[in-house]
Amino acid sequence: MIDRTLAPEFKAIDNINLIRPEQKKLANGCEVFSFNSGDQELVRIEWIFTNLRFDPAKPLLNMATNTMLTDGTTSLTAAEIADKIDFYGAFLSVDYGFEQSLVTLYSLTKHLDKTLPVVKDILINSVFPQKELETFIRNQQQKLQVSLQKNDVVARRTFNKALYGDTIYGLTADVDTYNTLKRDDLLTHFKQMFQPSNCSIIIAGKVEQAALDLLADTFGADWEGTSTAVDTTQPEVNRATEHFYFVEKQDALQSAIRMGLPFINREHPDFPAVQVLNTVLGGYFGSRLMNNIREDKGYTYGIGSGITSYKQGGALFIATEVGADVCKAAIIEIEKEIGLLKTELIPNEELTLVRNYMLGSLLGSLENVFSHADKFKNLYFSGMSYEYYDRYTEIVKSVTADELLKLANRYLDFDQFYKVIVGKY
Amino acid sequence: MVKFNRFTLDNGLRVIVHEDNTTPMAVVNILYDVGSRDENPEQTGFAHLFEHLMFGGSVNIPNYDSPLQKVGGENNAFTSNDITNYYITLPSANLETAFWLESDRMLSLAFSEESLEVQRKVVIEEFKQRYLNQPYGDVWLRLRPMVYKKHPYLWDTIGKNIEHIADAKIEDVKAFFKKHYNPQNAIMVVGGDVKLEQVKELAQKWFAPIPAGQKYHRNLPQEAEQHEVRRETVIAKVPVNDVYIALQMPGRREEEFYAVELMSDILSRGNSSRMYRNLVKEKQLFSEVHAYVFGSLDKGMFVLEGKPTEGVTIEQAEAALWEEVELLKTQEVPADELTKVQNKTESTMIFSEMSLLDKAMNLAYYELLGDAELLNSETEKFLAVTPAQIKEEANKLFRKDNSSTLIYLAEQ
Repeated sequence: MIDRTLAPEFKAIDNINLIRPEQKKLANGCEVFSFNSGDQELVRIEWIFTNLRFDPAKPLLNMATNTMLTDGTTSLTAAEIADKIDFYGAFLSVDYGFEQSLVTLYSLTKHLDKTLPVVKDILINSVFPQKELETFIRNQQQKLQVSLQKNDVVARRTFNKALYGDTIYGLTADVDTYNTLKRDDLLTHFKQMFQPSNCSIIIAGKVEQAALDLLADTFGADWEGTSTAVDTTQPEVNRATEHFYFVEKQDALQSAIRMGLPFINREHPDFPAVQVLNTVLGGYFGSRLMNNIREDKGYTYGIGSGITSYKQGGALFIATEVGADVCKAAIIEIEKEIGLLKTELIPNEELTLVRNYMLGSLLGSLENVFSHADKFKNLYFSGMSYEYYDRYTEIVKSVTADELLKLANRYLDFDQFYKVIVGKY
Repeated sequence: MVKFNRFTLDNGLRVIVHEDNTTPMAVVNILYDVGSRDENPEQTGFAHLFEHLMFGGSVNIPNYDSPLQKVGGENNAFTSNDITNYYITLPSANLETAFWLESDRMLSLAFSEESLEVQRKVVIEEFKQRYLNQPYGDVWLRLRPMVYKKHPYLWDTIGKNIEHIADAKIEDVKAFFKKHYNPQNAIMVVGGDVKLEQVKELAQKWFAPIPAGQKYHRNLPQEAEQHEVRRETVIAKVPVNDVYIALQMPGRREEEFYAVELMSDILSRGNSSRMYRNLVKEKQLFSEVHAYVFGSLDKGMFVLEGKPTEGVTIEQAEAALWEEVELLKTQEVPADELTKVQNKTESTMIFSEMSLLDKAMNLAYYELLGDAELLNSETEKFLAVTPAQIKEEANKLFRKDNSSTLIYLAEQ
């Protein structure tokens, strides 16, 4: 008979092996990074552009320009672009971020000769047809109306606005803001931003030489930048002086809570250690916030905390949706949990668990070659080297309860938290 | 192509092993052949509530999550109308921990009153968060009972109402476990950096001693073919109007399923799809429009949905949706257009092979469908669909008297 009360022996994770890219600079200034691994005959290619300086008078310009890249070029209509991509079973998406915006193509390798020219066309020859712009504005306005009925969305917007003010991070467009979008502005923005010198291409998958050559031939030639340098500096963040926001929703069954404060980012030496602290607090299913507020009190379906890392500093936040009648009680418990991190050492057993969980989670996040490329992006766009992950692993393994207590006292001042409640309070 | 081996233990547990040495991780996925369709109509939401209780400690292990997190693992689960699926990913060196945890909760739960009490509250908050406190969140609570009159798909996995969850008793929990949670009703897939022999040994050690239990014989009331127009209009606190049209469609194992799923792709997959192009871009009648299927094991639902733009009446919106499907009934889909959606299906299958967890879940699900090997012949079935079949299925499906229409009107 086996003794089922005894856990099997286990091994701690020793080190993490990351695949590093091959790098090549094309004649026009475009950087290419390639990650070759995997058995499936497919690739993911990303064209990543750093955003232009944010203009508070035209807050939606970056989002609209990026989103409308697939809406027509000098030679292809939106419908033709969609047809060409879909016919070859490929996926093309455009995304805008706070700092970079990107075009992503998933394609079977055998169809790259058909799919790459379409991407090149949209990066060079997009025209943002007036009719498409009008459709875009109308549909976005309607989608925004739906989003604004969601308490968690309103909470996130209010929180970001308080923390980041009139910058791209604090963007809170309302329905009318969409009417400020003008085709000429989109065209100008497009010409300035989508230049080879502002482009990094990351290709991951089964990358054979032929595919790399095709990529270099397609994007290294007949694509020249303008002479003007790209301004990718960003305005200073101005934070709100008001720290408490309550948006009342009369019939709310639940209240969305979002709270947190400006924080250090990935470049700061304390970053790996405060990630341990964050994990203990609310960074995994067994976290203190989950244990207390979901598993003990049953106030919520889920609660978590996280750290965002931006160039101009990061933020630590806690987010949840709780029963409207227990909103105050939930906030008291959150405050209690933060207080505990500052006054009591994290017990050894819990700390060991969190260390192992974090390393397992890092290992598990490397599911395939795409994830290795994603890890690289984290580093590259924060201007950091692979040494970061070595240090991260080392600190997760070795940081002590004493050090974490000190860090909690240094970084987690509940009185300095921005607190947003949407629903009932 | 997803390669695998399989064996069955004496107690009836089916085990599938997929070796993938490109990862340092292992996955253990256990599918239990029970979903919300197996619930008592007076105790709905129970399969899902039960899923939560599976994390509340088992007979020999008081806490499920901590020992797993301690070895660097993560887990989650989901419940559908058809199945309940649990999965773990962890560093492969610690594979045995997953066997220890999963076998103990298959053996027996702790059945703690305290856990039941807390999880009732958590699930009620989930009910509020996902179904009641969201615009259009109650759509399936309203639409399912229109499409189904007899079959238990008439309720959503969350349950008919909050009261059913609030009333759950520990005796019910025990009875549900006994009826559904045993080796005969489960399929286990072990994948990743593992070896067949290793999995055989571990399965023998941890799962073979579990009693086979009783086989559950499913005997559900099947839904009769629909021959009436059904519709309902609700005035709700939503920002814009919304139109849902649901039609009864063939179940997941039926031959016709493949043509029907491709129809939803032709109508609304990607920016080159018909409804997006015609109704959103050209005629500008909708801000968004979707067509999708519920690939249920029994009779499923084909859903058309769209949010009309300002100034467009509900009548115009409905007429436009019907006009699109009417075209599928009268004209054969051009060969190029069909090839396009088939190519997309094919590449999606290849892309899903990039994810170990997806592969493991798929193997378990196809084994439930009848044979895990079906996963590898699935693409061919989609590729074999002809324009004539699509037209034929469109004529069977898109009948007004096979439709249930739910309209949300924005409260003025």
